[in-house]
Amino acid sequence: MKPIARLRTIALACLASLGLLATTVTAQAEKLKVAAIYTLPVEQQWISRIHKALNTAAERGDIDYVFSENVANTDYERVMREYAEQGMQLVVGEVFGLERAARKVAADYPDTAFLMGSSFGPVAPNFSVFDNWIHEPSYLTGMVAGSMTESNVIGMVGGYAIPEVNRLMHAFMDGAREVNPDVKFIVNFIDSWYDPPKAKESAFAMMDAGADIMYAERFGVSDAAVERGVKAIGNVIDTAGDYPGTILASALWHMEATIDKAIANVGAGTFEAADYGQYSFMAHGGGSLVMDESLLPTDTVTAVRAKEEEINAGLFRVNVNDDRPVSDN
Amino acid sequence: MMDILQIVLSESFWAASLRIATPLIFGVLGALLCERAGVLNLGIEGIFVVGAMSGWMAVWLGAGLWGGVLVAAFAGALFGLIHAILTVPLGLSQHVSGLGVTLFATSASYFAYRTALPNVTSPPRIEPFGALDIPILSDLPFLGPVLFQQTALTWLAILMVAIVWYVLNRTALGVAIKAVGDNPASIDAQGLSVYGLRIGAVVAGSALMALGGAFLTMSAFDAFFFGMVNGRGWICIALVIFASWRPGKALLGALLFGAFDALQVRLQTEVGAFLPSQVFLAAPFVLSIIALVIAARSADYPRALLTPWFKGQR
Repeated sequence: MKPIARLRTIALACLASLGLLATTVTAQAEKLKVAAIYTLPVEQQWISRIHKALNTAAERGDIDYVFSENVANTDYERVMREYAEQGMQLVVGEVFGLERAARKVAADYPDTAFLMGSSFGPVAPNFSVFDNWIHEPSYLTGMVAGSMTESNVIGMVGGYAIPEVNRLMHAFMDGAREVNPDVKFIVNFIDSWYDPPKAKESAFAMMDAGADIMYAERFGVSDAAVERGVKAIGNVIDTAGDYPGTILASALWHMEATIDKAIANVGAGTFEAADYGQYSFMAHGGGSLVMDESLLPTDTVTAVRAKEEEINAGLFRVNVNDDRPVSDN
Repeated sequence: MMDILQIVLSESFWAASLRIATPLIFGVLGALLCERAGVLNLGIEGIFVVGAMSGWMAVWLGAGLWGGVLVAAFAGALFGLIHAILTVPLGLSQHVSGLGVTLFATSASYFAYRTALPNVTSPPRIEPFGALDIPILSDLPFLGPVLFQQTALTWLAILMVAIVWYVLNRTALGVAIKAVGDNPASIDAQGLSVYGLRIGAVVAGSALMALGGAFLTMSAFDAFFFGMVNGRGWICIALVIFASWRPGKALLGALLFGAFDALQVRLQTEVGAFLPSQVFLAAPFVLSIIALVIAARSADYPRALLTPWFKGQR
């Protein structure tokens, strides 16, 4: 885009948001009132998937959607209460940093439905949980990586070693080991959800140690892969367009199934405390695999597709392991 | 042990150290300049964010990379000016004002970013500074990859060390800046402006800090995201004490921290199975604290640091 065009786009976007504002004011009150609270900006991979699903529902006309982003964990409880007090019918968010406190808030507002990303279970009557259960497609991307590595060393850079990250890493490692028992993994955590320069440095260190395929759990890893000309595996979002020729395969998360189920339940008055995790499984369309078939040999694609069929048919179950993954030595 | 030796002797390790050190070199030089004039600038963390955001945004809007660098420096200077006005002529608490500037600058950057880009799905990218790749020199063994395949901003950082050293030690202006941080009354007696010197030093120092932020979004990575500065500014505040307010030692301190961090990621890769990753992540900070404890014993504080000065008041 030319600079002028960019300015114009921004101006248009401002106008468009004004327009949106006007329409929400005149919209009917029949729609479900949904609020989301995110601890990071909506560009962050994980959060962008929830934001997208809620925006889709809003565009369909099912809900009125408002959100607060970049809310500190220490401030999260207050924002939850504010939305509940405002009469929101469904509050979506993530409580990995305040599991206990969030459940207390929910207990104070039994008429509000809460659907929260959480490492723990649901609490009756109104606190439901979800998570990015995309261990199935992660397993499949592991098979791709395992068959494509030549050095038999795969590097993995993670954010924090929490269950939802560990689980996907283990599934990926299991998949790679299934097709290539000789493969070794080197695993690093950067203890930040967003520090691309740091993630990049971690990735460079792994490539120095011989890794020729990178599991890109964080922004920055694929950039390092591009610079050194090695391949990468995507996670949660499809970044193949940003790094053409580098991303072999990605395990994608689709939050639509989870959100739509919750909206339907709240609308019908049947919302109960439940674990919505299963709606991120491939069978519910919550997780999927994309491969860049131009970069992969046909028999790899065939083998992975066959395994995908098995998972979808319920004939193969990907193991769930929430422990912190460690490097092979 | 052999592994560690192998790591430390590899060229990629030293190239990584210098890359990690670059934003810190800018930051520690900026903090040094402010403090030499007697003003502690805790706005540094926020000024990093401002530099990272504004430089990147300018390039995204079509300013060109060096245009972006100028914009970042200017934006940093602007927030430095706020801190300078609050702490120098108004003589307010430098701690409180600095933290205020950090909070304000951070939020303002984010506000500007979101206002300009309300509906992006992934952070927009720019074409960042590439490795300089100087012919012949880049092909030198060891030194080539370490020194001559860095980006222009890393070179600018090293150049700034030389410039700040020269100004402080070889010019009348430098003598005046050091004097205003040690004994502002002497500057006043000379008929020079204490306020002018202090404000000037804080503004210039803040511009340097902003370049540290700009390096993150225009060289180390190609997009801006909230929170990506991730404490790098605070590290500079500690490094300044380690450096004992000297530009040469500031470069050394930043490199040392960069080396610790580069070693940390490599060790995590090697022996990560035996120790939790947090041990490695904390290591550069722990080692810096130890270095600081040793260095601070002989630290030669600017004597009027944190002390406001009012004209006509004795």
